[in-house]
This record gives sequence, structure tokens and C-alpha cells, in this order.
Amino acid sequence: MFDRQTPHEAIVVRRTQESDTIFSLGLRFSDDELNQQYRFQPGQFNMLYVFGIGEVPISIVSDPQSTDEVIHTIRTVGRVTRVLEKLKPGDRLGIRGPFGRGWPLASLQHRDILVVTGGLGCAPSVSIINYIMRRRQQFGRMAIIQGVKHSEDLIWRERYKEWMQLDNTQVLLAADVASHGWPWHVGLVTELLPQLDLDVSQAATMMCGPEMMMLATAKQLLEKRASAQNIWLSMERNMQCAVGLCGHCQYGPDFICKDGPVFSYADVQDRLPRRNI
Amino acid sequence: MSFRGFLLRDHFDTLLTALHKLGAHCVGPTVMDDSIHYTTLTSSTQLPQQVHDHQGPGHYRLSTSTESRWFAWANGAQALKPLVFVPQEILWRSERDSEGNLQFSNSKQEPPLTAVIGVRACDLAALALQDQHFLDGLEQDSAYARRRQQLILIAVNCTHPSANCFCHSSGDGPEVKQDYDLLLDELDDGFAVRSASPMGEKICQQLQLEALTNSQQDEIKHANLRAIEQQTKHLPEGNLEQALKNLQGSGRWQQIAERCLSCGNCTAVCPSCFCHSQHDEPAANSMSSAHIRQWDSCFSHGHSYIHGMVIHNETRFRYRQWLTHKFSGWFEQYGRSGCVGCGRCITWCPVGIDVTEELHALAEEYDNV
Ligand SMILES: Cc1cc2nc3c(=O)[nH]c(=O)nc-3n(C[C@H](O)[C@H](O)[C@H](O)COP(=O)(O)OP(=O)(O)OC[C@H]3O[C@@H](n4cnc5c(N)ncnc54)[C@H](O)[C@@H]3O)c2cc1C
Ligand code: SF4
Ligand code: FES
Repeated sequence: MFDRQTPHEAIVVRRTQESDTIFSLGLRFSDDELNQQYRFQPGQFNMLYVFGIGEVPISIVSDPQSTDEVIHTIRTVGRVTRVLEKLKPGDRLGIRGPFGRGWPLASLQHRDILVVTGGLGCAPSVSIINYIMRRRQQFGRMAIIQGVKHSEDLIWRERYKEWMQLDNTQVLLAADVASHGWPWHVGLVTELLPQLDLDVSQAATMMCGPEMMMLATAKQLLEKRASAQNIWLSMERNMQCAVGLCGHCQYGPDFICKDGPVFSYADVQDRLPRRNI
Repeated sequence: MSFRGFLLRDHFDTLLTALHKLGAHCVGPTVMDDSIHYTTLTSSTQLPQQVHDHQGPGHYRLSTSTESRWFAWANGAQALKPLVFVPQEILWRSERDSEGNLQFSNSKQEPPLTAVIGVRACDLAALALQDQHFLDGLEQDSAYARRRQQLILIAVNCTHPSANCFCHSSGDGPEVKQDYDLLLDELDDGFAVRSASPMGEKICQQLQLEALTNSQQDEIKHANLRAIEQQTKHLPEGNLEQALKNLQGSGRWQQIAERCLSCGNCTAVCPSCFCHSQHDEPAANSMSSAHIRQWDSCFSHGHSYIHGMVIHNETRFRYRQWLTHKFSGWFEQYGRSGCVGCGRCITWCPVGIDVTEELHALAEEYDNV
């Protein structure tokens, strides 16, 4: 394993604008040996470094088996992401990782899968969907519930429409506020749970997005006899070091950077209802 | 460990000479700005002479006395922390050439061999906690590891605990039991010496040690017992780890927040607090940039900032984070409480919040529900 505490130079090999504020960067290490060594799991993240400005934690959305580029989907929000947004193919940045524990996908083969995400382009869930779509026959039924604040925030509308056509796959979309012509649900993601045509008590559920959304969803699933060990969620906190040293990402006794970001609901249900932890 | 002998006060400088001969830079306590600080030590005359300390909640004063001993005081604001986990340092640098290529490098500089004289039991306990955090986790902190390797620890048993000390109650003192190179017990005319490492042995061989008498040994035992008796503060009995988990919704947090300034002094003087933040400092020509780490505190605004919100946005959440981490989260993280009973957070709190008092109030609330 190589040094994960100092960045390594990487080159932007591809840039895609996904929406007004969301873009994807495909990256490769300049040192080809690092490309060979670098391995990750869906749900893990990297620290991306912009020269002279700083680092940010960003999830990896590409497939763990495709080694030609490591893809990150990023929303422009502040100091570092604003500079990342301006990068073009050929530009350089720093990268270190991968960090944390990802989704338990390897142990979920043949299971029914429910993915619930809220918020803009929730990257950790994209890694799950991408992973399963490439190995569709290894999993059972798949349902995706995606919620956005405003219908205009939905990215990859075409992809969702394609997935809706697939066998054994259900896609349910919701917007808190919808503009004219939004054909799907207006309201909260939790309101879509009764429409699921899979047995949530047997399925493995993976979630990311606002904590209160994940809490409300988990509670409803438990009422439908899902077990807390079968629900996973991805958490976020401020991160500086990503290796369990700086203390910023503490969530109760856990360090999200190394004990997470993916936790089983059973592990965090004592804390999740309380904001400000 | 058994005693190696007795070092006359008049011969104390031979210890410094021995350390210098080994190539060590000596650091020890001196009086500066009306308090006791660790600084470079070249002669025993720099040690606190005729000094006592007086500590209370939000209170620290030195007074002069006819005291002939040099370690007749409890502790200053610093522990060993700043010597190993330094307040600010460069983690790595990046260089950018005219084509935009980036190169990263980190310093592999060997820190000097450093002998610290006057280390107390609580300091050693806190160092062991920091070792667990920085050395035994998922990844080692190499900057910490390099400095830690170069430490020679010359401990002194406490004879004058302050009114804020509760190391006996936390189980960390006042008597030094392990993890030192040399251990000194101060008597009127000199120091009983014990060694607990090959380095300690090497140093002993350079010292003119007299035989230790039985009555001197008795005096040392008594001094230790007296130091325990002098401690008035203690932690509440019972399972604090569980109590604090259950008391996250307590109204006590708000009561504390009405006094707490959220200044972070407690975390700065806490010898086990490890939080730090990182930032870049680019050079003026923008061809290079230093990535710096700096002590941070869970009382700072930025500590829990994530885009668009601060998770610990009120003082009560910050104090709750601090206390819960120290007295509950540490158990799961490192198998014990993060508090070594040094009392610094009580002394250096500008409004005199007493952590033991708050814990007693919370423990009582827990017992009553
Ligand atoms: C494990 C993890 C995975 C993430 N994955 C993605 C992703 O795939 N795509 C994406 O767009 N965003 C992701 N984020 C959020 C992303 O890290 C923040 O949006 C980003 O740090 C904002 O940085 P900024 O400098 O542009 O914003 P500013 O608001 O200017 O932030 C300044 C600094 O605050 C800290 N900070 C701010 N927001 C966050 C945050 N949400 N989480 C942690 N630290 C923060 C960072 O240190 C940042 O440099 C992830 C966060 C975590 C913790
Ligand atoms: S979270 Fe607070 S109490 Fe815990 S180590 Fe960091 S600064 Fe200290
Ligand atoms: S990000 Fe530093 S401890 Fe987790």
C-alpha cells in the first residue's frame, strides 16, 4: 500500500458537465505504477488536492474493476470545489486515498437491493448503482428511490429513464418542489416506500443523503420488519486527514473517515436521531 | 523498579552533563511570565527556585517561599504534548512548475534527541494516550513518531499536587510507575534515582550516586502517600462511559454553555487532546505551497463545519462533544478514559468551569433517572 498521507500527482483525463453545478472528473495517477497499485471499494473516498488551496473528501463513483480512470462526481459549493470545477483534461491535481469502509456489496450477492438517496447527485449511491448495473445478474431485484429538493436538481434523468425499463428494476423519483411537467412524485422519498415491489424485510438497503431523511426511511423500514443490520448508510462530517488522526470527523466514538463513511444502521441508531453530534 | 542510588543536589548538573554527552538537548521547567514552562535547560539554576504554585478553578499563581526544593509545585500549562505533537508544523509541500506539473514531498528531518526533565505521572499517562492515538491506529503519524523516538523521559514524583489535581482518582498518579527512563524522588539534599530503560542505565553510569538509606526510602513512601491525601478532587464513581451516552439530551449542557466561552483553552492545555486542522500556505510566487497542520479544538467554529452548516453550532454541543469524547468515546477508541487527572482544564478555564464538578452533576442526574 502506498503513502495515503501525502498526495500523489494525478491528471484529469476526462471532464463531464452533469448539470449546472455538478461535474465529473476522471483521474489517472501520473505515475503508472500507482495506477496498477491503486484499488478501492464502492463507497470509499479520496482526498482531492488543489494546489495552494486545500483538500476535500470526494467519493469514488467509477467501477472498482476499471483501472483506466478513477471518476469523481462533484458539486461546486465552495473554495476547493470551485477550483476543481475549472479543471480541464490535462490539468494536474493531487490525490490520496482510498479511505474508509465502503458498501458491503461483495456480501450482498443474490440479495434484493434498495437504494435510497436524497439531495443533489448523491455520489456514494451512484457508486452502488453503477456497480450493480454492471453485474446485474449477481443481484436480485433492485429498487432505487431518489429524492431531490427541486425537480430541476435531478441529474441523469435519461439514465433513470433507461433503468426504469430494465427487468427486475424499479426506479421511483420524488421532488419536494416540482416544476410543470414533472411526471413523478411530488413530496418526500419516504412517501414512496409503500410503492416498492420488493420485500424490504429481506432486502439490503443502502442510503445516503440528509441525515433526517435517512432516519425517517430507516424507521419506516424497521416498521416493515427490516433489520437494522440490513440497512447501511453513508455519513459525512468535516474531514482533514482521512486517516483517523485529526479528530474532525468524530461521530460519537467513531471516526467516519476510517470506521465509515458507510455504517450499518444498527451501529449509529443511538446517535442518528440527535442532530448536532 | 528499584533505586539505583542518591544524587546529591550539588551534583544535579552532572545529570545535565551526562545528557549533553549523550547528545541530548535538555528541556526542563523554568519560571517565565509568572508561570512554569518547559524550556531549554543548561543549568540547574534555571529550575524553579523557592517556588510554589497555587491553582484553583480559573486560577494560577506562583508564590515565593523558603522552599529549598525545585519541584515543589504541581504543573504548568504545558505537558509533553507540544514536544511531540507540535502546535504547528508542515506536513508536506507541493511544488508547481511552469507547465503545471505538481511534485509532493515531506520532510524526513531527524528531530534532535531531547531529554525532558521533570515529567510527572499525569504527563506520562497522557503521552501513552497520545502514543495510542498517533502511533497505534490505522496509520502512524510519522512526524509524531520521529519526535517520540527521540525523547528521553526523566520523571519526578509529585510531592505537591495542586488543588485541581485528581490523578489519583483517574488512576494515573501521583506516583510514576512506568514508561520513564529515569525517575527522581526529591528530598531536601538531593534526589533518589531509579532507572527503567537501557537509556536510563546509560545515564546512571555517568552519575555519582550515593547509597540510599532506609530512612530516605521511608521518607519517599510517606511523601507519596501525602501526595495522595492532598488531592481533594475526584471523578464520580460509576460507569461514565454509559452515563454520558445516555445523557446527550441533558439540560446540564445548556447550563454549562451559559458559563462556557467556547474559547478552547481546555483543549489546548489538555495533554491528550489530539485534534488538528490542515491548511495550505502558498508561497508569494505561487510556485510552491506548504500544507500545514495546526492544533484545533472541538470548541472552534470550523471543527464541525461541513458545507452550509456547522454541526456543533452552539456552545452546549461543543462542550458536550468535549466531555463526551474525553470521558466516554475514548473508552471505545482507546480502551480507557481520555482524562489523566492533571486538572489543567480547570486551572486554565477563564471562567473556572470544573470538569469534575460537571461530571458529578451529570453522574447524579444519571443515577436519578
Ligand atoms: C466521505 C465524504 C464523501 C464526499 N463525497 C462527495 C462527492 O462525491 N461529491 C461531492 O460533491 N461532495 C462530496 N462530499 C462533500 C464535499 O467534501 C464538500 O462539498 C467539500 O468539502 C466542500 O469543499 P469546498 O472547499 O468547495 O467548500 P467550503 O464550503 O468552502 O468548505 C471549506 C472546507 O470545509 C470542509 N468541508 C466543507 N463541506 C464539507 C463536507 N460536506 N464534508 C466534509 N468537509 C467539508 C472541507 O475541509 C473544505 O475544504 C463528501 C464528503 C465526505 C465527508
Ligand atoms: S474532539 Fe475535542 S475533546 Fe476530543 S480530542 Fe478533539 S479537541 Fe479534544
Ligand atoms: S478525517 Fe481526520 S480523523 Fe477522520
